[in-house]
Amino acid sequence: MSGAVGREPVFPTRQSLGLMKSKLKGAETGHSLLKRKSEALTKRFREITRRIDEAKQKMGRVMQIAAFSLAEVSYAVGGDIGYQVQESAKQARFRVRAKHENVSGVFLPQFESYTKDGINDFALTGLGKGGQQIQRCRETYARAVETLVELASLQTAFLILDEVIKVVNRRVNAIEHVIIPRTENTIKYINSELDELDREEFYRLKKVSNKKQRDNAAADAEILAARQKKKEAELQAQKSTPAQEATGATDATEAAEATEEAAEPEEPEPVDVLGEQEDNDVIF
Amino acid sequence: MAASAATYKDRQLLAVIGDEDSVTGLLLAGIGHVTDPPEAQRNFLVVDAKTETSEIERAFQTFTQERKDIAIVLINQHIAERIRNSVDNFTDPFPAVLEIPSKDHPYDPEKDSVLKRVRRLFGE
Repeated sequence: MSGAVGREPVFPTRQSLGLMKSKLKGAETGHSLLKRKSEALTKRFREITRRIDEAKQKMGRVMQIAAFSLAEVSYAVGGDIGYQVQESAKQARFRVRAKHENVSGVFLPQFESYTKDGINDFALTGLGKGGQQIQRCRETYARAVETLVELASLQTAFLILDEVIKVVNRRVNAIEHVIIPRTENTIKYINSELDELDREEFYRLKKVSNKKQRDNAAADAEILAARQKKKEAELQAQKSTPAQEATGATDATEAAEATEEAAEPEEPEPVDVLGEQEDNDVIF
Repeated sequence: MAASAATYKDRQLLAVIGDEDSVTGLLLAGIGHVTDPPEAQRNFLVVDAKTETSEIERAFQTFTQERKDIAIVLINQHIAERIRNSVDNFTDPFPAVLEIPSKDHPYDPEKDSVLKRVRRLFGE
């Protein structure tokens, strides 16, 4: 009964049986829903993984092209512009904003790049020469950064999905391997206990009715016996009364006649009478 | 979910840790941002052969932990190698840490912390 997962600490009553049954039903519904959620997320996850792989390859190519255009710039300018660029950077023109997308209740952020107008930190860069190359380089790098932003949103989605899928799968497994077996165990336990109580009750009722029957039979027998005895006693009384009356009368006359003569023969007679009465008393 | 809307609402900037060429290029694209004085903070760090690893480490921690306006941290892969432990241990979704190739160091997918996880998940 109490397998590896045990059962819940409940009293085996019909009420808790009902509770457990509804709990089992809820757990099964939840399990199937979570399972579906996990499948939807996994599908999305695989798609994102595939796209990450592609985007990383693309990023490699794009960055190579960008680096090449930068090399063109340093050739055209004829010196290093790094320092000048670093010093003149003030406000970010290229920014990202995050939108979010809802995948089965999970919010996946999606970075979206936009350029803030009116900010141009590098208006003077390449003023002397190589301005055209610098312009081209900026465009190339802007495209490269867009690719990077796309990749970053994929990667963030990947990380979040990874975590969420783990959590969901943990829940699915917990319901499947712990909650459902335990609830089933509990239901089995309650059922067996209730059956046991039923059997006990049945046996008890049987015993009680047996006892009642026996008592009734005994009482009947007693009444019958009593009646019998009464009859017998009545018969006996009918037989003995004439003789008793005769003796009583003679006794009385004798006593009245000879009280002074002797008290000895009188005494046994009242004893006899008493004995008779006593018998009568017992019978009735 | 751990990443609520508030955590990435005001993350608008990108940050770079890279060699001079990468940083210059990305700055030309317009991602450079310097916060207002008195505590002027740049969102980029130029790393060369003389830069200490501890300095890279500190910049990485600043960009990932302290600053709340950075959405994406770009880091050159060969620099990420130097602070590999921190990069691998940083698993929060925000900001997104992205390893990018540099001119002298072609991109190697085997070393990327995210791609490593991708590969591991699919058992390749």
